Amino acid sequence: MEGERRASQAPSSGLPAGGANGESPGGGAPFPGSSGSSALLQAEVLDLDEDEDDLEVFSKDASLMDMNSFSPMMPTSPLSMINQIKFEDEPDLKDLFITVDEPESHVTTIETFITYRIITKTSRGEFDSSEFEVRRRYQDFLWLKGKLEEAHPTLIIPPLPEKFIVKGMVERFNDDFIETRRKALHKFLNRIADHPTLTFNEDFKIFLTAQAWELSSHKKQGPGLLSRMGQTVRAVASSMRGVKNRPEEFMEMNNFIELFSQKINLIDKISQRIYKEEREYFDEMKEYGPIHILWSASEEDLVDTLKDVASCIDRCCKATEKRMSGLSEALLPVVHEYVLYSEMLMLPEEIGKLEDKVECANNALKADWERWKQNMQNDIKLAFTDMAEENIHYYEQCLATWESFLTSQTNLHLEEASEDKP
Amino acid sequence: MEQAPPDPERQLQPAPLEPLGSPDAGLGAAVGKEAEGAGEESSGVDTKIEISVSEAEKRTGRNAMNMQETYTAYLIETRSVEHTDGQSVLTDSLWRRYSEFELLRSYLLVYYPHIVVPPLPEKRAEFVWHKLSADNMDPDFVERRRIGLENFLLRIASHPILCRDKIFYLFLTQEGNWKETVNETGFQLKADSRLKALNATFRVKNPDKRFTDLKHYSDELQSVISHLLRVRARVADRLYGVYKVHGNYGRVFSEWSAIEKEMGDGLQSAGHHMDVYASSIDDILEDEEHYADQLKEYLFYAEALRAVCRKHELMQYDLEMAAQDLASKKQQCEELVTGTVRTFSLKGMTTKLFGQETPEQREARIKVLEEQINEGEQQLKSKNLEGREFVKNAWADIERFKEQKNRDLKEALISYAVMQISMCKKGIQVWTNAKECFSKM
Repeated sequence: MEGERRASQAPSSGLPAGGANGESPGGGAPFPGSSGSSALLQAEVLDLDEDEDDLEVFSKDASLMDMNSFSPMMPTSPLSMINQIKFEDEPDLKDLFITVDEPESHVTTIETFITYRIITKTSRGEFDSSEFEVRRRYQDFLWLKGKLEEAHPTLIIPPLPEKFIVKGMVERFNDDFIETRRKALHKFLNRIADHPTLTFNEDFKIFLTAQAWELSSHKKQGPGLLSRMGQTVRAVASSMRGVKNRPEEFMEMNNFIELFSQKINLIDKISQRIYKEEREYFDEMKEYGPIHILWSASEEDLVDTLKDVASCIDRCCKATEKRMSGLSEALLPVVHEYVLYSEMLMLPEEIGKLEDKVECANNALKADWERWKQNMQNDIKLAFTDMAEENIHYYEQCLATWESFLTSQTNLHLEEASEDKP
Repeated sequence: MEQAPPDPERQLQPAPLEPLGSPDAGLGAAVGKEAEGAGEESSGVDTKIEISVSEAEKRTGRNAMNMQETYTAYLIETRSVEHTDGQSVLTDSLWRRYSEFELLRSYLLVYYPHIVVPPLPEKRAEFVWHKLSADNMDPDFVERRRIGLENFLLRIASHPILCRDKIFYLFLTQEGNWKETVNETGFQLKADSRLKALNATFRVKNPDKRFTDLKHYSDELQSVISHLLRVRARVADRLYGVYKVHGNYGRVFSEWSAIEKEMGDGLQSAGHHMDVYASSIDDILEDEEHYADQLKEYLFYAEALRAVCRKHELMQYDLEMAAQDLASKKQQCEELVTGTVRTFSLKGMTTKLFGQETPEQREARIKVLEEQINEGEQQLKSKNLEGREFVKNAWADIERFKEQKNRDLKEALISYAVMQISMCKKGIQVWTNAKECFSKM
């Protein structure tokens, strides 16, 4: 399967399975800067947020190819619709599936912390088994990220959710906070799994498969070959930095990142605000319907009409709740992840990395940047399309509710009118 | 225009409408919703009257204390419509301010206590949500008030009894001196004092149960509609927030599209749709405000219902007092005649203290009492009759009111559904467009 996966790229340089590709100089190729081939843009299967969708992909390829999932028979969860927007020339080649779930609280004498269950399913040969289940805490994720950054200093490593509590929350282990974090951690691991280079990182594999004691002992080891390679690359890169001139391309990229960061932050704020407003609207609506029921108690002739209005309002209320949850499932996490990405990209050392990407003739490095941009565009596009779909669905539901009310009133009226006739 | 001042002894009679040069004895107004209630008096010419409050104007003038003030004046136009060819001719047009409407209503309340008198639109903006100004000079408020005042006049014009009132007719036709005319009726003096009414409410022993029930109903109606309007205002506020925040997407998208080569066009047009979405809420909520006004009218009608109940209680209490008084006089008389003293009387006391009265004195007293008793019996009889007349007439109007209320509220609720449907359709369209733009990015 791995051989297949690389088929669309330049012939492998025969390096060990762990880093069989010229795109990751720190990962496998002993000679940074040489790719040996022109790296084609690796088309990625789009990341799926929902656990169920992960499993869906695992079991049934056909569903991914279905471009017409609007039929009511198809499960039209907003995120299953992601599946229809794919690169058509790439069949599904994903061979590593990861889910993060079941947060659990652990209390010791020193501290309280949360662990998350990580389930890995794979068909890769280098894994001892096809299924793994481990528990990891946030610290472990931090360690993994650190190792990846060490080993692949020129690649864009996915961001982790914030270390500390966003202001406004009362306690560290608030349910919403944990859920948001869980989703983000899930995303983090899947991003790595989908990255052509990072997916083969050794520490990543250990993270996914090692038992708790194995992981601790591994952590204690000094930096390995890979990270020493990374250090070399960094040293080389920083020594080269001083004499660089500023090509246009670099300025453009710098510009892009700055503006992107601005825009994505604004979009994040706006999206959070929309969620908040929708929540407050929902809270008020909950009170609105019952008043009509109360009223119906004193109006004999209007009982039915008032009760019907109340039930319509309640149904619209439920629809708005669904819309809200759609927003928090699809749009908010995606936008927020890119906020974190943009924060990372704005950092001086990251900008340095990007400079390297541009300056070095190494197309492979540039490809990582292009890959990131492509992903970003797809993800944003999908997230907003989803949001639009949620809104359409919401309005369609409300429309149906009120239209049926109107019909029933008209029917009643016709009935009454015919009764009046002698 | 002359009229004999109403006889204070009799039950208050409304000022009768006298024919003023036209043979028709009343205003047959066939406007708005109440066409069937209108007593269309046919004159030689088969005409209908149309009333409208067509304009509002800000004015400045001097008030009673010679201080400058700003107020709004409303133009009332009356048209008569030829039945045959449907042509309408403007017969009267004059300007009135809100306080004159209030005066008209106060007058009607005094002279038609058995009628559920239509309420005026609110004096000050209540149940506001943040966008609506609570300022009486705000153009939106003035516009809604104009509609409310027109509705008030139409309600009166289509009421079978109220439409015949002369003061109402003069309100529509006599610009100058109308206030003086109203005041000359002396209606303020005839109004029942609030204190008297309150007293009656607490002390009446046997009010008609239907009125007691009606009072409870009107309290419930007022309470539930206020609650509904308050929550509706909050919901409107939140909905406004949701829509308007989306407008920010429009701005950001359009700025972002400048730097994004591939996504640029999609972003730009999506942004435009977000702007459309955000601005669509203004019309939606304006429509809803009219719905709120329809409910408000019935909120204020609750008070009109209570006014009728209060009048009944007052009359009933009056009757009970008169009966009690009569009974006590009869008792006194009996005691004097038979010589037994059961009831305490000052005369009796003084007699004990200062000596017996003479037979002549006693005879005189009995005679006076007998006269009073006679008078009292007459009064009681007429009060009883008036009371029953009042209950009968009031109940007839209350039944009429109930039918009107059921019709109107049902219509209002249906119109609310229609508004929601329209809002949903707009939403579907805008988001479908946006989705297309997003998917083209």
